[in-house]
Amino acid sequence: MDRLLFGDNQFFGVNHMSEEKARAQALRFQDIDAVIGVLDTAYDEGVRTFMCTTHERIELVCDHMRGQPERYADFTFYPCMPYAHKYANAVTESGMLGAVKRFLPDEGLMDAAFRGGASLAKKDIEGLTTLLIDAEMKMFAGLRTPVVFLQNVVVDLLLGLGFKDAFRIFAEHVESRYDAEPGFITMNLPALLPVLEELQIDNPVVCSNINKLGFRMCGGAQAYEAALRERRVRAIAMSVYASGAIPAREAIEWVCAQPNIQSIVFGASSAANIRNTCELVSEYWPQPSAIESGVGERAPT
Amino acid sequence: MIKLAIVGLGKMGLSHHAVANIHPDVEVVGICDSSSYVLGVLKKYTGVSTYGDFDSMIRDVDLDAVLIATPSSSHAQIVNTALERGLHVFCEKPFTLDPRDAERLTAAAQERGVVTQVGYHNRFVGAFREVKGLLDGGAIGTVTRVLAEAYGPVVLKPKGGTWRSQRNEGGGCLYDYAAHVINLVNWYVGEPTGVGGTVLGRVFSREIDDEVSSTLYYPGDRTAQLSVNWSDESCRKMTTRITLWGTTGRIYADRQECQVYLRDSARIPEGYEPGWNVRYTTELTDPVWFYLRGEEYSAQIDSFVQQIKERRSNGINDFASAAATDKVIAMMVADARKGPTTALDGASEPSSERRRAPGPRWWRRLRDRGAPAFSESS
Repeated sequence: MDRLLFGDNQFFGVNHMSEEKARAQALRFQDIDAVIGVLDTAYDEGVRTFMCTTHERIELVCDHMRGQPERYADFTFYPCMPYAHKYANAVTESGMLGAVKRFLPDEGLMDAAFRGGASLAKKDIEGLTTLLIDAEMKMFAGLRTPVVFLQNVVVDLLLGLGFKDAFRIFAEHVESRYDAEPGFITMNLPALLPVLEELQIDNPVVCSNINKLGFRMCGGAQAYEAALRERRVRAIAMSVYASGAIPAREAIEWVCAQPNIQSIVFGASSAANIRNTCELVSEYWPQPSAIESGVGERAPT
Repeated sequence: MIKLAIVGLGKMGLSHHAVANIHPDVEVVGICDSSSYVLGVLKKYTGVSTYGDFDSMIRDVDLDAVLIATPSSSHAQIVNTALERGLHVFCEKPFTLDPRDAERLTAAAQERGVVTQVGYHNRFVGAFREVKGLLDGGAIGTVTRVLAEAYGPVVLKPKGGTWRSQRNEGGGCLYDYAAHVINLVNWYVGEPTGVGGTVLGRVFSREIDDEVSSTLYYPGDRTAQLSVNWSDESCRKMTTRITLWGTTGRIYADRQECQVYLRDSARIPEGYEPGWNVRYTTELTDPVWFYLRGEEYSAQIDSFVQQIKERRSNGINDFASAAATDKVIAMMVADARKGPTTALDGASEPSSERRRAPGPRWWRRLRDRGAPAFSESS
């Protein structure tokens, strides 16, 4: 895993501070060329990994990258699925099953899966889950996707429900079908890590808010620090600037001093901000000689 | 440990189930839904006890409290049964579809001394709480006008297969979206004495409203305007906005921030200054023990739990306050039937015949001529 990963919130009108700013960004990035322009800037600064939701517009980015394999030889996607609002709005409109049906490639499969009604077999739910994953992964065909993430709204829903097997189903399918590592995004890192450990998902890639403000670090900053120190985890810090509430230098200095963080994912819209983050990270986080965080180089237990 | 059952495992029920299940003081001892496959999956994978109907669950399980997230038309009956058993009740919004039910249930709950809460989660959003604090402290003086808005992308085409597309089940933008902003307005400036100019408009739906606008009247010629639309694709998700004008300032708030303009003459709250002030969600949000979809969803469940533990009501979103929202909704439904109150041809009130027509005469004339701004979309 690279030390710096590029996020996509800014491209889709997500801003945790201001709806006005979010809309201005949505306007600016309506044109996919504007998105690709920013990605190019990041890529040329050495930020080669794009951690992105499976928003339908990402498909255009994928098409662009596929079209120029030489230009983007090292370009890597970390897909994060699903793009939750797509499902949430569909559930409100069509109900739980209607929504699932809508996103499945073939309605016949769904009908077959639910024919059993109450006696729904385990393999059916596994089959359904893997079909949904495949539907989300379709746009990345032929591109590098060494880590595939489950979005926090799903991870945290499953965590709350105690629906632990779903993490295993996801992990196994991502590994076997896409030769990728499973990643988990969560707002509840200290609660999630013991569960992944119990499922024997060893040294997992987990992305969560880690910032000096403690913003959206559920369980508290102390519990995060303990979890990072004591658990086997490859942590990715997101929201390090807390949507701009923390000045850049202060934010990066703090996060780089935390234990066991492998990567930082950040979003930026301007070349100056991308460059600034890159410079701050290399200042406070000089490359150690032996980082064992490389994806595909998972240490044996 | 508070023994809780969840009734209704739709979008909200599932979300509440997850949040309650991981709460350190709560044990979810049963879940109940009419859908056997949702229950089947949850039982198989989480081991929770499942029930196909509420009455048998409430008979068989030892409970302290229930959380009700069924279609709105069933709330009144289920709440009633729960109250008869002396249970604490958390009910999703809107509370009921008939304000008489709401009043009856509020009285019954008070008589039994149980904790009650309705899921108007905006009252737990940091920015909206900040607004309440500012108003209570008199920061913008006397509020003269409120604009309450909510927009989002729920119904984007002429189809819909759930109870939310049926009026008598409590579907529609009024019950689903507008209820939230009505509830906020009630919290900020109290209950209106009347409503006027209500339009429950359709964009795509056949049976129900997709757009809502209305004016709520308060003593002293003060008003609140509602503007709500759940067929607005330009919003990524539900977006709620409140603007309040007062004699010494103005407040704007959404989920992310609270922007306040204070005149020199204002009673300046601590930490604020004359002119523009902005507070962001990052500083207004209290931490929660578990996060799913937003701190407010966890905070409201925790509020319910703490009230039960302490055996006292804090009054936030209790049945009485939700009943007030139901009352405003009912006034708006009645008002919408009246159509325009003043017509172009000079009559102060349109005839009953005109009221049944699709709009006043000038509207029909313009429409028939095909004036673009008034033509009905096909």
